Amino acid sequence: MSAPGVDPTFTALPYRRLGDAALTRARELGVSHADFRFERVRYQHLGVRDGVLQGASDQEDLGFAVRVIHRGAWGFASGVVLTPEEAARVAETAVQVALLAAEMTSTPVEIAPEPVYDDVTWVSSYVTNPLDVPVAEKAALLIDWTDRLRTGAAVDHASAYLQQVQENKYYADLHGTRTTQQRVRMQPGFEAMGAGADTFDSMASIAPPVGRGWEYLTDGSYDWDGEIEQVPELLAEKLKAPSVEAGSYDLVIDPSNLWLTIHESVGHATELDRALGYEANYAGTSFATYDKLGKLQYGSPVMNVTGDRTVEHGLASIGYDDEGVRTQSWDIVRDGVLVGYQLDRAMAHLKPELTAPDGGPGRSNGCAYADSPGHIPIQRMANVSLQPAEDGPSTEELIGRVDDGLYIVGDKSWSIDMQRFNFQFTGQRFYRIANGELVGQVRGAAYQATTTEFWGSMEAVGGPETWVLGGAFNCGKAQPGQVASVSHGCPTSLFRGVRILNTTDEAGH
Amino acid sequence: MTLSANISDIADSSPQGLVEHALATSTADDCVVIVRDATSANLRWANNTLTTNGVMHAVTATVVSFVKRADGIAAGSVTGSASSTEQMTALVEGADAAARAGSAAEDAAELVAGEAAPDWDLGPVHTDVHVYDAFAPALGEAFGRATAQDRLLYGFVNHELTTTYLGSSTGLRLRHVQPTGHYGCTGKTADLGTSAWVGGATRDFTDVDALAMDAALAERLGWATRRVELPAGRYDTILPPAATADLMIDAYWYAGARVAWEGQSVYSHRGGGTRIGERIVAPGVDLYSDPAYPGLECAPFNVATSSGNESSVFDNGLPLARTDWIRDGELSALLQTRHSAAMTGQPVTPAIDNLVLSVDGATGSIDDLVAGTERGLLLTCLWYIREVDPQSLLLTGLTRDGVYLVENGEITGAVNNFRFNESPVDLLRRFSHASQTVPSFSREWGDDYFSRTATPALRVPDFNMSSVSQAL
Repeated sequence: MSAPGVDPTFTALPYRRLGDAALTRARELGVSHADFRFERVRYQHLGVRDGVLQGASDQEDLGFAVRVIHRGAWGFASGVVLTPEEAARVAETAVQVALLAAEMTSTPVEIAPEPVYDDVTWVSSYVTNPLDVPVAEKAALLIDWTDRLRTGAAVDHASAYLQQVQENKYYADLHGTRTTQQRVRMQPGFEAMGAGADTFDSMASIAPPVGRGWEYLTDGSYDWDGEIEQVPELLAEKLKAPSVEAGSYDLVIDPSNLWLTIHESVGHATELDRALGYEANYAGTSFATYDKLGKLQYGSPVMNVTGDRTVEHGLASIGYDDEGVRTQSWDIVRDGVLVGYQLDRAMAHLKPELTAPDGGPGRSNGCAYADSPGHIPIQRMANVSLQPAEDGPSTEELIGRVDDGLYIVGDKSWSIDMQRFNFQFTGQRFYRIANGELVGQVRGAAYQATTTEFWGSMEAVGGPETWVLGGAFNCGKAQPGQVASVSHGCPTSLFRGVRILNTTDEAGH
Repeated sequence: MTLSANISDIADSSPQGLVEHALATSTADDCVVIVRDATSANLRWANNTLTTNGVMHAVTATVVSFVKRADGIAAGSVTGSASSTEQMTALVEGADAAARAGSAAEDAAELVAGEAAPDWDLGPVHTDVHVYDAFAPALGEAFGRATAQDRLLYGFVNHELTTTYLGSSTGLRLRHVQPTGHYGCTGKTADLGTSAWVGGATRDFTDVDALAMDAALAERLGWATRRVELPAGRYDTILPPAATADLMIDAYWYAGARVAWEGQSVYSHRGGGTRIGERIVAPGVDLYSDPAYPGLECAPFNVATSSGNESSVFDNGLPLARTDWIRDGELSALLQTRHSAAMTGQPVTPAIDNLVLSVDGATGSIDDLVAGTERGLLLTCLWYIREVDPQSLLLTGLTRDGVYLVENGEITGAVNNFRFNESPVDLLRRFSHASQTVPSFSREWGDDYFSRTATPALRVPDFNMSSVSQAL
């Protein structure tokens, strides 16, 4: 699929002049490293409730940032006035911040080297930028969705939304790298709400967000019509479903649910900055500490996980990261054993043997990202995906292997501790499996486990035909807080003996 | 004087100039313009050394255009960076076009009328890295002391000053300066086996002492000299003000009137409508917001850049005053727009940017609650709190950075962490003791979303620790 070029309204902006001014000033001030990032991020959100457009809003972040290493410390500043004079002033501010920080920096900052990329361009794979589609057309689609959902007898209310993002970045550094990039992503969704005799509940779409354009809604790559037709019936069944009995169950987990478990228990746990303590005051650290590299039995031997910033349509996919590093793919868990981490240039320098076992200086695997021109790049998650088995079973075959269990579809509630051990997830729907067959939904279930026990209990992964690239728009990290989008692919998978809670009992009711 | 007659004098890049330029440029029937000038400065550290630090400045503007149609009024909202009149013109053109392309808004209402506030002409107020002139050297000293005593410090301080200007074609001109600051520091023993945390909110950092912060961490790490492993179960548990704030913020955020009225929240009456007027928690409990609450002052007027269940662009500029969400144990109000208020038949009570929980007659401090506990747990803070079931507002999450065993009124050791499953509404029904309300700071939500809280410590006799977390 060929993609459009970089938006000419972005390339018309004066980022090269600003970058030159900022880097020149930083060099004059004697920094050991400086990079300049100019970004324009356009967002549009539409929300519909019960056939009425509640709101359509557009937002655009436009500005630039200068990051320096000076006297062994980071300095960062950002600005919004698009003149070379202001760019130079912001560079001076970044140096001032570094000077203050240098007084309290006991471990001098250094970054791993990276080849120079001389004025390269990268554009993500999409056909039609959703921001180019008339708002009225998009609103009409969402209104139609909620109208159709509300024809279901069990549906009292229905909502739908569409988030769209166009992200443009220009990066330049003192070493000579210049990158200009554009990517588009989109998250459509809907939810139907209904009430039973003494309860209420909802059923939401399980469609994943994607690094694609408007064609995601029109080209048949996802069966929107089929799902809209099914959801009212699924909700009706859920409202009448019996409450789950707490206990230990075998689980067959659909990719629409398992992607989030991967995100929380593998994705964040294998960020090297977390493992080394750099997130300790906020999101936390990781049980997968560096001393466990090559030793930790993360899961069963059928567990193979990759980090990948190059996969087509991935939400974290891009050509070059926010430190000018060409993006890559690599192994994180191989045959169940921890073998890799996600890195930025500072983390790669701290552990060069990770990527240069023969004694070289190490290299980042391209995981630096800032969510806006006002934020400093941090080490961020690649698309972290569980690989299918080449000749693996179908979802039906996996269900057929279970005598007494649950089949879980769709994500809902999620929570994990600050070292990524203990987690609890719910889902859109839990189906009871009896003697290898689905026998209807149950309500009020949550699964709770410890990361290595859970992945260790994974008996089988499905074949490639069960593999789906899921993901999220809203992964939070760092102080000040930043939000990133990331995809996670996985096959349907079978787990043995996982703890299931009844959430009504948990609430004490 | 018409706005357009005055434009040549004020079409500059000041926030007020940008507002007037937008109002004069818009060709819509009505227009609301919000300009925010925000500066911030932060320091971040880990392993007793600074890591990433920065100074940021952003000027963003929202233009909301309103166009009358045969079937109502359509609104279009565009937000973007705005440092010049040219950028502002582009935002106005986008908002006008969006309104003309839109359909009639369900929340349409008369725009709030008014005039220029006395402080309208004042400029934005900025912060910079000098806000840490006293704090930073002390932090450096704290690093040295911690290193010498085999402690590791991980933390973050942030200070922001946001000046908001709101102008409308109906004459409203409002300005608000919002300082927001907070500090948080996690301490660990050198073997990483024990953690402690202190944190709080501030408006200007004159009241934050890095050495005192480190001393508090050292004391808490000392409490963990004795370690006790406890299983999951229900425990007599003392929630400090930070943990109470963690939970009350969720209770507040899920208090949307429309969703409740439509039967989808813990505040919904089974069979239809809201539970307003029902006693939902213990008598004597008040949960309220007040823009003038000392130390937690926030904007006294409504600002909405888009419409949704709990906000309406038509409500921009509505005055805000103390609102009791729960009064003497009864649900007395929910988050309302004028649209949802008409729908539910309740007063207009928009969201306010602070939250206070108080308990009639509660006195003393958390130390008094500890002294009165025969055997129980004292928490430090909570983390990764998410809604599990909207019907009961069941939340799950984890204890973090210090769970302490209380025996015979004294802290006698540190306990493993737990995952909890609890409802904040239920906790306010079941708690047995409360301390005096004090300024607090939610560990989870205070950093990025909601830092202005005042809450008591609560003692809950049967807090549900659902499972053990091995996290340290």
